[in-house]
Amino acid sequence: MRHATSIVGLGVFSFLAILAAAFAHDNAFANHMWVLAIVLVISVIVLLRRENFQRVAPVDPSAYMDGPVRYGVIATMFWAVVGLLVGVVVALQLTYPALNIEPWFNFGRMRPLHTSGVIFAFCGNALICTSLYVVQRTSRARLFGGDLAWFVFWGYQLFIVMAATGYLLGISESREYAEPEWYVDIWLTIVWVAYLVVFLGTIVKRKEPHIYVANWFYLAFIVTVAMLHLVNNLSMPVSFLGSKSYSAFSGVQDALTQWWYGHNAVGFFLTAGFLGMMYYFVPKQANRPVYSYRLSIIHFWALIFLYIWAGPHHLHFTALPDWAQTLGMVFSIMLWMPSWGGMINGLMTLSGAWDKLRTDPIIRMMVAAIAFYGMSTFEGPMMSIKTVNSLSHYTDWTIGHVHSGALGWNGLIAFAALYYMVPKLWARERLYSMRMVSWHLWLATLGIVVYAAVMWVSGIQQGLMWREHDEQGFLVYSFVESVAALHPYYLIRSLGGALFLSGALLMAFNITMTILGYQRDEAPIGGALPAPQPAE
Amino acid sequence: MSDKHVDEISGVPTTGHEWDGIRELDNPMPRWWVWTFYTTIVWALLYAVAYPAWPLLTGSTEGLLGYSSRSEVRSDLAAADNAKSGYMTAIKEKSIDDIIADEDLRTVAVAAGGAAFKMNCVQCHGSGAEGSKGFPNLNDDDWLWGGSADQIQQTVAHGIRFTKDGETRDSIMPPFADVLDGDQISQVSTFVASLSAPVHNASLVEPGKTVFAENCAACHGDNAKGNKEMGAPDLTDAIWLYGSGEDAIAAQVRAPRVGVMPAWDARLGETAVKELAAFVHSLGGGEK
Repeated sequence: MRHATSIVGLGVFSFLAILAAAFAHDNAFANHMWVLAIVLVISVIVLLRRENFQRVAPVDPSAYMDGPVRYGVIATMFWAVVGLLVGVVVALQLTYPALNIEPWFNFGRMRPLHTSGVIFAFCGNALICTSLYVVQRTSRARLFGGDLAWFVFWGYQLFIVMAATGYLLGISESREYAEPEWYVDIWLTIVWVAYLVVFLGTIVKRKEPHIYVANWFYLAFIVTVAMLHLVNNLSMPVSFLGSKSYSAFSGVQDALTQWWYGHNAVGFFLTAGFLGMMYYFVPKQANRPVYSYRLSIIHFWALIFLYIWAGPHHLHFTALPDWAQTLGMVFSIMLWMPSWGGMINGLMTLSGAWDKLRTDPIIRMMVAAIAFYGMSTFEGPMMSIKTVNSLSHYTDWTIGHVHSGALGWNGLIAFAALYYMVPKLWARERLYSMRMVSWHLWLATLGIVVYAAVMWVSGIQQGLMWREHDEQGFLVYSFVESVAALHPYYLIRSLGGALFLSGALLMAFNITMTILGYQRDEAPIGGALPAPQPAE
Repeated sequence: MSDKHVDEISGVPTTGHEWDGIRELDNPMPRWWVWTFYTTIVWALLYAVAYPAWPLLTGSTEGLLGYSSRSEVRSDLAAADNAKSGYMTAIKEKSIDDIIADEDLRTVAVAAGGAAFKMNCVQCHGSGAEGSKGFPNLNDDDWLWGGSADQIQQTVAHGIRFTKDGETRDSIMPPFADVLDGDQISQVSTFVASLSAPVHNASLVEPGKTVFAENCAACHGDNAKGNKEMGAPDLTDAIWLYGSGEDAIAAQVRAPRVGVMPAWDARLGETAVKELAAFVHSLGGGEK
């Protein structure tokens, strides 16, 4: 009876979900609880069908626990395609407003589906599965907590499904990147604490004398995200069985709490966590040592100390007091070099292995990711300067900035990590096709360049149109004229997104074929590898 | 660490640890990186001394430059107001006709009115003032309530059928569904349509003319040219607020739709209303 506890637990919770639906305070909550009940009942059925009554073979305590990692790889791949697809859809909705289908599929509900789909579903799964892969290998220890890692994996998927269906049902806290309502937030808190226990427990029982740098970054990411999530989501539900809650903060305090959260979601989810990924997979794939231990220490502590203060730059020229705006800006400027420390360590790790760029598209993808990381961590501090911000704020320039980071850095480094892990996790000699990896890289890079360049042009044009005034000092354009002017850029942006999505679809095919055990018959890229030469 | 491990390719010692085959070189931090980092920190400190930055119990340090975003906005707005104040006083004091007669003043008023139009009017009349179904086009010379500058000013100031304003322009066309039978409605609609376009059933035009004379001419005039005093539209041109053709006209005869425009006097002030009137008058259809 391997699944007995899970089956009973899920059964009880299905029943409670149905009760909650029956006694719901509002319609949206009732619908949401029905969704939950259906998901849980399906889980019970799946588990019952997989149950067997033979004795379970004892677990080898020295072997790595890669089951949740393998599931995580597939989930990452799946959510990447979903998140990117929704991204292309919302881009088209902005281009052609007729594509907004009321009420479930209008832009207002689809937009958080896209952002959460990419940040939490795709990037979140990438972080969880790579961190569980990396922490075991760099600690030489099996995951702590037994089946708790499975709880983390499935609990996190449940969070994603509840968040996503909630958005489409119109349930939202309207806090950017923290849209899920109070009960989904509580569930994520439970899952996140379990994740922390698994990760930290594995580090504690490590057989290496020191903690590897990748694990510092992963741990900073897990701990800080827990803190951000808890504080920003403090709220009072209207009813214990209702879908609406009110934030503990109001006015400018609310805005500042939200952007303290929002900025550090970028800082710790998409930067620190992904630097952890980079610090393991780049040296492994290049088969070279990390460039500088000292740089990694200094830039780690500088990054996590400085990042947490930079949030107010999202609120320049608002009701936020001037002193807070100043601090948000100067901390962002000081953040530039600590961010670039990661770029230097990533790129310089390749010294002595640059020839691999010619033959290894995975290395190429990593280099492209680090380059986009460097670019967007320069662009970010620049945009936080108040003079620049007065033009860029509220325009598409911000959207372009976010996407050069999310697609270029997070997307490419996560894809590269998947390409690295899959043959190892499924014991395959190599990927199904390296040439498809190369195609994926070029499609993705072209997509990002098109996307970011078009958003620079449209964002700057938008900003200039908003502030354009005539000799007498009167505004020249109405808001709607600036909207109409963006149409061609929005069309090209959709094309950029579609290119990136097509690369991800190619990856999904390539990885699926690898898992199924096929190898494509193809010539190796760039011919034979020359042997590395020792320094003079 | 006496027996330091050295990386063969770079010749640089490592820290001696190894994790899953990964080692770390003991390279120093790049000098340019360190110095750029120091520079940003020094710059940040200087900036934080120059501008409001350090929170105190109530408020914060004011910074050596005495900068405040609120006072900057105030002084920018004051400077802009100051630069225009001569014109603005003149616009306030002069009548709309005098403003339009003075070329300098007209240029300023039209620019100001254009800006106000983009903020307040485009939602209904469109960003090119081109209107849409139910919302009049302001570029043509077809005016429901008159197209001279002072008539436009009156319309903008007090609105149309805007009950909160005592001086609002008001009129209503009664529904004829209970007054006329179906045939008569077809006849009169065909007649009205025939005034500006060919019609499908020409035999209805003559009887329609009679129906028109008996029921409609009181407001729309014997020649159907409309009456601006009561906002009755000219039916002889090809400009239709609620659609052209016999069917659209018949629908309008049976149960007329009318629009409401808010009064802008109380909201924007007399000067802005004059500027808006000057702008709308300048669009091409303004009458003397």
